[in-house]
Amino acid sequence: MKILVCISHVPDTTSKINFTDGDTKFDTNGVQFVINPNDEFGLTRAMWFKEKQGASVDVINVGGPETEPTLRKALAIGADTAIRVNVEAKDGFQVAKELAKVVQDGGYDLVIAGRESIDYNGGMVPGMLAGLTGANFVNTCISLDVDGTTATATREIDGGKETVKTSLPLVIGGQKGLVEESDLRIPNMRGIMMARKKPLNVVEPSGAETETNAVSFEKPAPKGAVKLVETVDELIDLLHNEAKAI
Amino acid sequence: MNHVFASLEILINMSVLVYTESENGVFKKASLEVASYAKGIADMMGTSVTAVAVNGGDTAPLGTYGVDKVLNIKDAKLDAFNAAAYAKGIAAAAKAEGAQVVVLTQSANAKYLAPLLAVALEAGYASNVVSLPESASPFTVKRTAFTNKAFSHTEITTAIKIVGLGQNAYGLKEASGAAATEDFSPELGDFGVEVQSVDKATDKVSIADAEVVVSAGRGLKGPENWGMIEEMADILGAATACSKPVSDLGWRPHGEHVGQTGKPVASNLYIAIGISGAIQHLAGINSSKVKVVINNDPEAPFFKAADYGIVGDAFEVVPELNEKLRAFKAANS
Ligand SMILES: Cc1cc2nc3c(=O)[nH]c(=O)nc-3n(C[C@H](O)[C@H](O)[C@H](O)COP(=O)(O)OP(=O)(O)OC[C@H]3O[C@@H](n4cnc5c(N)ncnc54)[C@H](O)[C@@H]3O)c2cc1C
Repeated sequence: MKILVCISHVPDTTSKINFTDGDTKFDTNGVQFVINPNDEFGLTRAMWFKEKQGASVDVINVGGPETEPTLRKALAIGADTAIRVNVEAKDGFQVAKELAKVVQDGGYDLVIAGRESIDYNGGMVPGMLAGLTGANFVNTCISLDVDGTTATATREIDGGKETVKTSLPLVIGGQKGLVEESDLRIPNMRGIMMARKKPLNVVEPSGAETETNAVSFEKPAPKGAVKLVETVDELIDLLHNEAKAI
Repeated sequence: MNHVFASLEILINMSVLVYTESENGVFKKASLEVASYAKGIADMMGTSVTAVAVNGGDTAPLGTYGVDKVLNIKDAKLDAFNAAAYAKGIAAAAKAEGAQVVVLTQSANAKYLAPLLAVALEAGYASNVVSLPESASPFTVKRTAFTNKAFSHTEITTAIKIVGLGQNAYGLKEASGAAATEDFSPELGDFGVEVQSVDKATDKVSIADAEVVVSAGRGLKGPENWGMIEEMADILGAATACSKPVSDLGWRPHGEHVGQTGKPVASNLYIAIGISGAIQHLAGINSSKVKVVINNDPEAPFFKAADYGIVGDAFEVVPELNEKLRAFKAANS
């Protein structure tokens, strides 16, 4: 089985979010970048398929050279080859279209992406990729098993979960649950050394267009101070009469 | 000449299409909210609202929230949700109506089908939108980004636009009207994915649908102490949620984990008990309107993000609060 894991390069979850150039660009100054958490769960599940079922695992990012350390980290965790499509990622459609070309040219059976990236939260790349390549699609996927060309997956639904059967080629939008938090791997020295020798192939973009354009950004208005109350009676009164929340 | 006719046709036909989800035929509150929102866009554009429903029951409520016409897809094969088939049905409705804007909720199912729909309609899609378009031409919407740490003003540049409206972002707006309902039978294509089993608590409110969410963290010390949390949820008709470590420790199911890497919460009221308020937790729940924190540490960061707070021991505050809330509910319903 040929697996491709989509890796989004995102600010660490503790990052302070600021903008520059008249609020038109995300300010990367002093920001630490990491593998998108949803993708990390998927990558770790891919390692399971590699070790237990002999799958090959490539990782891919659509982005500039600054994303390469994140791809190297994925190689250090155990991926075989990294691919970087050399273009600034501007919207979900453009990224999905660039990915679709690589998926089709490379004949991948399974594409593991994250349900959303934690920077722009578009939540559309995996579904669009499935739509563009004609693959089956399971979103908010919290467990995945593959037997031959048949896949069994569990997906999170509102208020519960659902088990589905489908077949390869398949794209999933993954999240925590694909593996547990405790299964996540921190690259060790040997992994880091090996990652340096693994191929990181830079491919030129196919020139996919965008469908949306993030014109500008804005930060939420600062919040007023909390009202501290001494008694539960006071709390109920405020929630009822002031906040009209109960 | 041809060109003129083509654009004329679009002008006559164009409408706003809204996908209104139902459960056992009953339209969800989120569907009435997106119907209200679609009406708001239709008013901006001087056009009408068509809803598309799948196995919808009584469509009268849709009329009350601004829908002029309902296309009801009735098919037993669609009793179980299937993203590919639903997307195909909605795309067919959009084409039949010449829709220029398609509005969806941000339920798990809507988020699942939206990108498939976008590909089918060659439409740009903006998710997590929080208000009416800032302008219709260019079509620009305000959406949350960086997991609620910022907003992005996003322009959709395609002919057809898909908008995913964040829960509780717009509210319900009544409009007098009656919706004419028609059966609609589009091609559904390959299902590709087949549901084997569904595991869903039918007696509980889901986090996505809840008006009130009662959430607890590691401050509760152990899973045996969740009785009082469930009790509060029961009194308030609320959904229960938890912080990430609580689900990682196996104290509560993963489905209750909220925050940046868990489920997003956009309820009217969010009550956080024994949760410190780490940045990743707050990012996911910040869209909730009113936030209450109960924590014994006055320095807990959650107090900076909350509207109301009690500094106190959860094991004392919560039982008393439950008792008084029960009395309050009894007196006010
Ligand atoms: C990549 C990444 C992603 C993450 N994503 C998420 C996420 O999506 N959601 C999430 O929740 N977290 C997330 N986290 C974890 C987050 O950083 C915090 O560790 C977590 O939210 C803390 O959970 P907590 O508040 O329950 O526990 P703690 O931080 O241990 O806080 C417990 C609180 O309970 C209070 N307390 C103790 N006893 C009592 C008592 N008797 N009465 C009242 N209060 C009491 C304490 O004062 C304390 O404030 C993420 C972390 C990382 C690194």
